[in-house]
Amino acid sequence: MPNENKICKFMGPLCEKLDNCEHYQKFAKYRDKVLALSNDSLEKTIAVALSLCFVCAILVSLAAVALRPLQIENKAMDMKKNILDVAGLLQEGTDIHTAFAEQIEAKLVDVATGDYVDGDIEAYDQRKAAKDPAQNVVLSRAQDIASIKKRAKIAKVYLVKDSETIKSIILPVHGYGLWSTMYGFLALDADGQTVQSINFYDQGETPGLGAEIVNPNWRALWKGKKVYSEDGTVALGLIKGLVDNSKAGSEFQVDGLAGATLTSVGVTNLVKFWMSQEGFSAYLDKVKTKG
Amino acid sequence: MSAVMNNETKKTLIDPLVNNNPITLQVLGICSALAVTSQMSTSLIMAVALTAVTACSSAAISSIRNHIPGSIRIIVQMTIIASLVIVVDQVLKAFVYDISKQLSVFVGLIITNCIVMGRAEAYAMKNSPMASFIDGIGNGLGYSLILVIVAFFRELFGSGKLLGIDVFTLTKDGGWYDPNGLMLLPPSAFFIIGIIIWVFRQWKPEQNEAADFKIMAISHGEGGHH
Repeated sequence: MPNENKICKFMGPLCEKLDNCEHYQKFAKYRDKVLALSNDSLEKTIAVALSLCFVCAILVSLAAVALRPLQIENKAMDMKKNILDVAGLLQEGTDIHTAFAEQIEAKLVDVATGDYVDGDIEAYDQRKAAKDPAQNVVLSRAQDIASIKKRAKIAKVYLVKDSETIKSIILPVHGYGLWSTMYGFLALDADGQTVQSINFYDQGETPGLGAEIVNPNWRALWKGKKVYSEDGTVALGLIKGLVDNSKAGSEFQVDGLAGATLTSVGVTNLVKFWMSQEGFSAYLDKVKTKG
Repeated sequence: MSAVMNNETKKTLIDPLVNNNPITLQVLGICSALAVTSQMSTSLIMAVALTAVTACSSAAISSIRNHIPGSIRIIVQMTIIASLVIVVDQVLKAFVYDISKQLSVFVGLIITNCIVMGRAEAYAMKNSPMASFIDGIGNGLGYSLILVIVAFFRELFGSGKLLGIDVFTLTKDGGWYDPNGLMLLPPSAFFIIGIIIWVFRQWKPEQNEAADFKIMAISHGEGGHH
């Protein structure tokens, strides 16, 4: 094999070791024998298939393992960025890690009772928990207006605090749109009633139509809207067309997305679900009474 | 000798751009050309990813071409292509996370992109690794060219932007341009690709295929009921 000599020039000492190794000698002999076989023989077919799988498996697993830390870092960074964004704390050139660590506090909440619970906040993954039968609640048809089928018992919420007073409550929300489950955060004032911002960080709606839910101009329309009407039901939602601010009830309305009726309905439904008894209303009540 | 080699290499590299473009002449790889071209940034990354996969898979397949058993030929090619695509996907997730989020499943779908498989079968199985590598780059670039042209028109007329930078200010942001919603939907890519094929074939009439049948005039007396 002419190639072998070339390689040996680069890796001289290793080759010497290999040449002395009994197992390598056996392998080399077998390799030469297989390479000389007819391409269509059964032995060669199996040998080629196996060695190809072996090489490919090593390549793929090397890439996956070597790049994993970077990918996890990216994901965590992206999540922090989204939370800072919905809290209105993201400016050009903000250092995401320090800004997050200094201003945002993560908490675990039992959705049904609205109480804080202990646990490993860093490691808790609400999306994973929603799939785990031990940690989720299956929703009945009537309850499931956001078409999510199951929700995690425990939610991870974020608080922005100024010394001890809460400045914003950031709630994770999700629901089904037209093509995809839309995941986002809804930021409320400490009164649990006034919207500060909404931010969808994971969605697969139609670009230019439904995916306009990520458009900063549309998101800005949410600021100052109210969630609950006087009788305590969730009134906030999207309407068809533009909101007439002079009309009564406009504080509960946000412009619908043009050409994306089903996405608009999906957003309304997910707000209705997560603000209702099934969602965070118990938690918001407790935050309010505590002041 | 080396001059001849260079010419040959050049031809392998340049030919797929216009004369033998994988999308417009071979009409391969249309699916992803429809899916990822609503923005320039995603199409550019997709183009780079596909070019890398085509070049590397062609080179890898070519280097073992004399030892691939005929009975498992296609599956061997697929295994190599699939492994490379996974590696590319992992690299994108690690280094350009935002864009890989937008491309979502389409990176994985490079596996099913006919161009990669087509070049492996048509070229890499018969040529040396270096030539196959160049051929992969050339075809990747041919695909990229069309992708970028399509994305240029779709992003410009669909959202008034290029690479995310405002070019036409939209009416909803207080400007003058009312975007064309069709441009954001996959069918618009069909129209644009159709127009590009037409332009290419006007320009290079030798790309026109001979007609399969001739349209005949029907005399009025006979036409009608079936």
